[in-house]
Amino acid sequence: MRNVNITIDGMKLNVPGDYTILQAAKEANIYIPTLCFLKDINEIGCCRMCLVDTGAKALQAACVTPVVEGMNINTHTPKVVEARKVNLELILSNHVARCQTCYRSWTSCELQTLANKLGVDQERFSGEAKKYDIDVGISIVRDNNKCILCRRCVSVCHNRQTVGVIEAIGRGFDTHIGSPFEKSLWETPCVNCGQCINVCPVGALRECVDTDRVWAALNDPTKHVVVQTAPAVRAAIGESFGIEMGTPVTGKMVSALRMIGFDRVFDTNTGADLTIMEEATELIDRFRSGGKLPMITSCSPGWIKFCEHNFPEFLPNLSSCKSPHMMFGAIIKSYYAKKMDINPEDIVVVSVMPCTAKKFEIKRPEMHVKGLRDVDVVITTRELANMINDIGIDFVNLPDDNFDDPFGEASGAGVIFGATGGVMEAALRTAADILSGASTDAIEYEEVRGFEGVKMAEYKVGDVVLKAAVAHGLANARKLLAKVKAGEVDLQFIEIMACPHGCINGGGQPIQGSSVRNWGEVSALRAKALYREDKKSYYRKSHNNPAIKRLYKDFLGMAGGTMAHQLLHTHYKEREKYPENK
Amino acid sequence: MANCCLENSESKALLDKLDEVIDKYKDTAGPLIPILHEAQGIYGYLPFEVQLHISERLGIPLADVYGVVTFYTGFNTKPKGKYVINVCLGTACYVKGSENILDRFKTTLGIDIGDCTEDQIFSLEACRCIGSCGLAPAVMINDDVYGNVSPDDVESILANYQL
Amino acid sequence: MADCNRKIDNVEQLNEIRERMKEKLKPRFEEGAAIHILLCGVAGCLSTGSLKIYEEMDRLIKESGKEKDIQLVSTGCMGLCAQGPLMVVYPDRVMYTHVKPEDVEEIWNSHILGGKPVERLFATESDGRKVAHALDEHSFYTKQLKIALKNCGVINPLSIEEFIGVDGYKALATVIKEMDPEEVVDLIKASNLRGRGGAGFPTGTKWAFAASQLERKKFVCCNADEGDPGAFMDRSVLEGDPHSVLEAMAIAGYAIGSDQGYIYVRAEYPVAVKTLNEAIKQAREYGLLGKKILGTDFSFDVEVRLGAGAFVCGEETALMTSIEGNRGEPKPRPPFPAVKGLFGQPTILNNVETYATIPRIINMGVAWFNSIGTEGSKGTKVFAVGGKIRHTGLVEVPMGTTLQDIVFGMCGGIPKDKAFKAAQTGGPSGGCIPAIHLDTPIDYENLIALGSMMGSGGLIVMDEDTCMVDLAGFFLHFTVDESCGKCTPCRIGTKRMYEILSKITDGKGEVEDVDRLNVLARNIKNSALCGLGQTAPNPIISTLRYFEDEYMAHILEKTCPAGVCKSITKFFIDKETCKHCGICKKHCPVAAISGDRKTDFVIDQEACIKCGECFKRCPFNSVLHH
Repeated sequence: MRNVNITIDGMKLNVPGDYTILQAAKEANIYIPTLCFLKDINEIGCCRMCLVDTGAKALQAACVTPVVEGMNINTHTPKVVEARKVNLELILSNHVARCQTCYRSWTSCELQTLANKLGVDQERFSGEAKKYDIDVGISIVRDNNKCILCRRCVSVCHNRQTVGVIEAIGRGFDTHIGSPFEKSLWETPCVNCGQCINVCPVGALRECVDTDRVWAALNDPTKHVVVQTAPAVRAAIGESFGIEMGTPVTGKMVSALRMIGFDRVFDTNTGADLTIMEEATELIDRFRSGGKLPMITSCSPGWIKFCEHNFPEFLPNLSSCKSPHMMFGAIIKSYYAKKMDINPEDIVVVSVMPCTAKKFEIKRPEMHVKGLRDVDVVITTRELANMINDIGIDFVNLPDDNFDDPFGEASGAGVIFGATGGVMEAALRTAADILSGASTDAIEYEEVRGFEGVKMAEYKVGDVVLKAAVAHGLANARKLLAKVKAGEVDLQFIEIMACPHGCINGGGQPIQGSSVRNWGEVSALRAKALYREDKKSYYRKSHNNPAIKRLYKDFLGMAGGTMAHQLLHTHYKEREKYPENK
Repeated sequence: MANCCLENSESKALLDKLDEVIDKYKDTAGPLIPILHEAQGIYGYLPFEVQLHISERLGIPLADVYGVVTFYTGFNTKPKGKYVINVCLGTACYVKGSENILDRFKTTLGIDIGDCTEDQIFSLEACRCIGSCGLAPAVMINDDVYGNVSPDDVESILANYQL
Repeated sequence: MADCNRKIDNVEQLNEIRERMKEKLKPRFEEGAAIHILLCGVAGCLSTGSLKIYEEMDRLIKESGKEKDIQLVSTGCMGLCAQGPLMVVYPDRVMYTHVKPEDVEEIWNSHILGGKPVERLFATESDGRKVAHALDEHSFYTKQLKIALKNCGVINPLSIEEFIGVDGYKALATVIKEMDPEEVVDLIKASNLRGRGGAGFPTGTKWAFAASQLERKKFVCCNADEGDPGAFMDRSVLEGDPHSVLEAMAIAGYAIGSDQGYIYVRAEYPVAVKTLNEAIKQAREYGLLGKKILGTDFSFDVEVRLGAGAFVCGEETALMTSIEGNRGEPKPRPPFPAVKGLFGQPTILNNVETYATIPRIINMGVAWFNSIGTEGSKGTKVFAVGGKIRHTGLVEVPMGTTLQDIVFGMCGGIPKDKAFKAAQTGGPSGGCIPAIHLDTPIDYENLIALGSMMGSGGLIVMDEDTCMVDLAGFFLHFTVDESCGKCTPCRIGTKRMYEILSKITDGKGEVEDVDRLNVLARNIKNSALCGLGQTAPNPIISTLRYFEDEYMAHILEKTCPAGVCKSITKFFIDKETCKHCGICKKHCPVAAISGDRKTDFVIDQEACIKCGECFKRCPFNSVLHH
């Protein structure tokens, strides 16, 4: 694209011709406020905050207006400043500002920040405000009273995820975001991925909060409360305490969990290693016995529900492995309980997850062994941060601590589960060794790393050629599956994660507002933290993890054996999209 | 009137008709709105089952269909009366007092705008210009247009439709 | 097959049909032995019974066995809607008004058979005179110049041959046989034609943008989503002369390199939709739409798409979004539709009247067209004149005609000799023009300068009994209802403006409310996403500009000078002038008036619902309000 010459606030600039005014202004270090705009996700110019004067009849939205040669832009004329302020006042006049009790207040509320920045200090245009019932789902809570109709949630749900269960309903002043026929999200094919929460600029969307249940268990002396934390949590929770993005804070997190009062603090990475043992075995088994291929990973509960609703024909392709924290929960309530001589019924397993769909996953009928739920409570990274704040822990200055035995060690393969391609890479590390019958040198499988929508790679492992693909974000998954269905690609192993970029960008992670997301790569920094942990690990392949070896030796027997199947595997069924009405 | 179940034979016939309509349009560009128009012609309104069926056949999310249906005032998700009274509130009619006519319909029928009488005979709507400004103020009942209406005419107009 | 028989393969065949039909249509334009009875079969005339009249006349003709000599034609709108149903008998050019089915026999016996026109059914002038040849003598018609409406009311809209007989598809033939696409674009540019749908963007410039795009697939769209309340120009063209629009769209297709057109019509216009679909069917049969038109390599077809009740779909990007099957929400421009429009392809969109003008420009020449109108606005404009006006109807006048001419010269002024207060043009996007500006020549620039806009051509006349604050509220209510809800200023801002207006008309306004209205109006205008949002405050801006005193009367004195705003209006009966006729009492819907021949007539203020019926009905102006 050719460069163009423009003038912004009297400054002459030479910028690429495909820039928007907003991008050009950023280059000139000129701040233009935005609200609905979220790079690559929502570029519709509807909030009218980023208005600038280009000499056209009306003011233009900088976020969507491309620069053209000779353009003369003024970003803060009296006309512009007044328009932004009035529009913000109008938004506030139809926003239930219960800031004192809003979870986004003073941390990540973009509306509040903007009102503050623009000096909006009066309410000239108060009037009717719409009242809506709060929709409490299984994983997600929607409060339209706080919604400012930026439509980021709709865009991410439709375009990134192709789930499309929320849309603008009605029109004019009555426009609101909702599901068809005003259903609750749980009555729809919502996959609970929570991407809508992450993009919401205000407090209109959040997870169903379960911290009270955790506190209740902790305060119950008859309960043995075990916590496990998913790999992606450590890569992001520091952000909630102002620690630089991309800094892994595993040790501080373990300290904090101990201070909160958990009886044991375990690492879900161990569960991930277990998953790899089972999944790699299953893959090889399918390969050798002519089972259903390509085999598709089943760690992501958002993806599982998506598959049940939209691609039931691929259900036989799903790996029968439960997700890592579910496997780990099952092990805690069996092997660990026996070893510690605790009645499994007295054990409460709490999972700290970057994910909102896990809240749904633990309630699935498939997820129990002999009537015992594998996992009792799931809280998100954000909820954990709140718990840490609740009891006044100075997270930043905590010393490092280690996870508890008997699962104190985990491999680097487990930790990279948190980024797209991680499960694939971890499985390849193990499968390669199993197939070749020796410890291979191959550890880092670069081809499946990174944020390209669909990644494909071919590996010669032992005597077989394994064709693999990785998709993250459900729009990419849909694309890939369509190709598989059409016979355009021939694959043996597919990794799918519901969330774009994988768990590091899960719906339960600390919210980074548009001021960060529009100009930086949040996911890349978080992923880097995980790959750094992997590199630091002594064991980098799941099957080398001594805790795992011990577990099979003492308890499970063979990978893929009877005991393993009873505890660690499951099956899924086709799910109607709108079952209540048939 | 089409009710919730698409199972019985009458419903089956309607569904077949709907499928014909979908087949007719499914390969044209932008098929949704023409299909919704004809579906409403078949069912009288656009209930959940109909929207879901269209969504599934076209492969677009139900939320999209519902978003479109609720955007346009021409589409209804609730059944209408046998006779739909449209009181024109276009400018020409408005300055000639059509609001008083609307008020009279409301009090006479005992229903508000958008509602349907209990016996399902009349629905009352206010509309924006039926293009009969020469007859202002105008009222349209199904396809019949009444011009130069005064509030006093309301009862005699309604009498035409009461058995 | 019948279809094949009718297909016109070349210009010569088209010319043959034209010559044959010219002969046949002679009685309507010159002299002729045959009698043609033309009856308006659309809109108001249709609703007041023209179909029955048609059937009755048809029966008489058939019974008389004179089908060969007497032709009965159902036409499009003849304009003088207030006096419909309208019938014109050619070649005498006698116009009958308010025709009822029972009048038909008299017309038949006296006029058709006896040669003696029926005087009592002649059109009425504003002074009460009856005129026999209204088309030539009535002030409503004499000052009109018909370009877009040329064929409306003169031909049978459902007969493509009649259309060909009045030079239909001649312009298309000229264009595709004799001109390059660039020449067509240049011609439209040189004609200085501006869009008749609203803002008056130069049509040729729009075409040139689209023509210069290299994409293979382009679209030609016609905006027939006439949503302005009080406007029915486009409807009349579609119902009375659909082929003109089709012809022009094909010309546009040739000029910009498109083979597909879409007409987006309101579903509320069922007759227009039916007529259009029939016209498209005929045009395809005759090979004037479809593949290889007139034996050339040019192909073009048209599809009708129905709106579903959303005013905003008159905005070009919203219209295209709607055709694509989505919520009709506008998109930011750029990219402009001429670059990236329908289905992401270069698209031009013009409105019905603009298209209907184009074939005439080509047939008559650019110089002719440029000789009509004002410096910046060439040609004519159709107005739908309604409201408090004697001759409600459709007029087409040269640009530059004054409001005075239209309202008083042509449309007979205001009934009951009430005082003219203002005229509203441009619908909810426009503004009002007060009496002091009656003499301004109407064109795009002047209307903008007066704080209004051309809009699509609705022209609503208001008299002294109209409250301008209430009127602003009416338009704002419309905008609030019709706002798509996408952008903040329109979604919330118009709602807030409406709330403030309601407060004022309820007698609860404060002086600061006017400031608030001004701030909101200014900022919505500056910052809304689409043209509709940006113009939504216009009714407030213009009423504040010309009628601030009325706002102040509501706010400071808590009175509505026009007696419209119910919560602050009281009706009472003036004992001095009351003649005890009892008409008010008879018409009071809530029996709030008491009195008889001997006792005074009094309005019970508790019971009164302030509908104003007594005020309107009193023959002696004895009902007053404050």
